[in-house]
Amino acid sequence: MEFFLDPKVTTSAKLLEVLYMLMGLIAAYNGIKTLFEKEHKAKTGTAVFWISLAVILIFGRWLPSLISGILVVVMAIPAVFKQVKVGPGEAPSKEYTKAQADKIGYKIFIPTVMMGVMAIVFALFTKISPLVGVGVGVIIAVILLMLFSKENKPTTFLNDSKRMLDVVGPLSMLPMLLASLGAIFTTAGVGTVISGLVSAIIPNGNITVGIIVYAVSMALFTIIMGNAFAAITVITVGIGAPFAIALGANPAIIGMLGLTCGYCGTLCTPMAANFNIVPVAVLDMKGKYNVIKNQLLVAVIMLVFQIGYMLIAR
Amino acid sequence: MIKLIGVAIVILGFALKMDNIATILVAGFVTGLVSGMDVVKILQTIGSSFVANRSMAIFIVIMLVTGTLERNGLREMAARLIAKIRNATAGIVIAAYGVLRLILAAFNVSLGGTAGFVRPVVMPMAIGAVEAKHGHADEKHVEELKGMSAGMENVTWFFGQVLFIGGSGALLVQSTLKNLGYETDLAELAKIEIPVAVFALIVAAVIYILKDRRLEKTLYTQKNGK
Repeated sequence: MEFFLDPKVTTSAKLLEVLYMLMGLIAAYNGIKTLFEKEHKAKTGTAVFWISLAVILIFGRWLPSLISGILVVVMAIPAVFKQVKVGPGEAPSKEYTKAQADKIGYKIFIPTVMMGVMAIVFALFTKISPLVGVGVGVIIAVILLMLFSKENKPTTFLNDSKRMLDVVGPLSMLPMLLASLGAIFTTAGVGTVISGLVSAIIPNGNITVGIIVYAVSMALFTIIMGNAFAAITVITVGIGAPFAIALGANPAIIGMLGLTCGYCGTLCTPMAANFNIVPVAVLDMKGKYNVIKNQLLVAVIMLVFQIGYMLIAR
Repeated sequence: MIKLIGVAIVILGFALKMDNIATILVAGFVTGLVSGMDVVKILQTIGSSFVANRSMAIFIVIMLVTGTLERNGLREMAARLIAKIRNATAGIVIAAYGVLRLILAAFNVSLGGTAGFVRPVVMPMAIGAVEAKHGHADEKHVEELKGMSAGMENVTWFFGQVLFIGGSGALLVQSTLKNLGYETDLAELAKIEIPVAVFALIVAAVIYILKDRRLEKTLYTQKNGK
C-alpha cells in the first residue's frame, strides 16, 4: 500500500503495477481453474506454471530478487518436462460465430482496434506508459462486447482467455526468459568478449561496415536458430552495441530494425517450422519448401531496404 | 573465451530443436558459473530481470478479449470484408488479404493464421477468382497460390505486428538495449517500423500479383485457344 500512496512514484509506475496485477490475476485464474478440470491431462504441472507466473506478476515488485529467480525456475520446470498442457476449453461453434457476426456486423472491428488505439492515445497525449493504454483499451473492448451481446458475461471472457492462453502456453514466456538471459550475458561480460573477437574482422571505427555486419548477422543467426528473438539478444550485445551504437548510431533505429532484419531470416528458414513448414501441411501443398521459396525474394529485398534505412537514419 | 559457451549453447540448442526454455536456462546458468557468478547471484539476476520485464506479459491482458472477439464473429466479418472486392484476380485477392492482415497486425489482432483463415477463406476466394475466369484452376497454379498466401500471411504478420505499441518484439528490443545502458521509448520504436511495414506490404503484393499474372498467362493461354 505504501507504494501506491508514495507521492514520489509516478502515476505511470503505479498504474503499470495495477496492470501487472491484472495480468497476474488472469494467470492465477488459469492455474486455479486448471486444478478443477477433471479431464485435464497434466493438472499439476500446468497449475504450477500459471500460479508461479501469477505470483511473480502480482508480487514481483516486493519479492526479493532471489525468490523471484527461484519462482522463474519453478515455473520453467513443468514446461521443460512438457507438463504444461491445454485444458478442455471449448471453442465456439461455427454456427454460433456466424449468428453473432450476423447480429453484430462490422461493429466488431471497434473493440478489435481499441487496444492499439488506446496505446497510441496514451503515447501521444499522456505521460503514462502506452502499455497502460493497452490495458484501458482491453477494458473498453470488454464493455463494448458486453453491450453488443448479453451472452458475453464476465466468465465468457475469462474462459475464452484461458482457452487462448492454454494454446500459447509456456512458449509465450520466451521473450521474458531471453531478456533474463541477456541480463546474465551483460553481468557476465559476454558482450566484451564477442566484441573483442569481432573487432578482428571489422575495421576499427567503421560504422557503415558495423551496421551491415550487424544486419546480415541478425538474418543469418535467425536462419540458424529459427528465432529472431533469440538472435537479437546475442547479436545486439556482441555486434550491434560495440560496432554501431557505441560509435554513435541511434540505438532505437539499430535495435528495432535489427529485429526486423532478423525477421527476414525467419522468412528463409525451415527452422521456423511454425511459419514455414506447418502451413505446407495445413494447405496440403506438394513442395515442402514452397512457402519459403515464395518468401525468399521478399526477404532479400526487405533486408537490403532496411540496411539502407539504417545507414541513412542512423 | 569460455564465457561464449552460453552463446554456443543458445545457437546449438535452437538449431538442434532442443527444448527452448531448457536451452535458455542452461545457457544462463552455465554462462554465469563459468564467469564466476554463484547460483544465488544467477537466480537474483534472472529474478530481477524477469520482474523488470513483466510488461512483456501484456499479451495476457490482451487475450482477455481475443477469444471473445472471435466468438462474436470477428473472422466472419473479416471474410465478408475481403469478399467485397469483385472481379479480382487471385493475386489481388491475396494482396487484399495482406492489406487487411497488416492493418489488424498493427493492432495486434490475428485472424487465426493459415489454419484459421487462409485455408477456409483466402484460398477458396483465390481459387474461385481463377475458376471464374478460366473455368478451372490449374494444379500448378493452385500450389503457387497456396505458397503465396502463406507467404503474405507471414510477411504482413511479422512486419505489421512491430507497429503495435507494446508488441513483444519491441519490448524485447527495449530491454536488450536497456541492459546495455540505452533508454528507448516504445512509441518511437513503433514509429521507426512504419516505412518498413508499408514497404514490405508493397513488395510482397507486387511480387505476388506479378507472379500470379505470369502463371495465368503461361498456364491457360493455349487451352483457351488464344
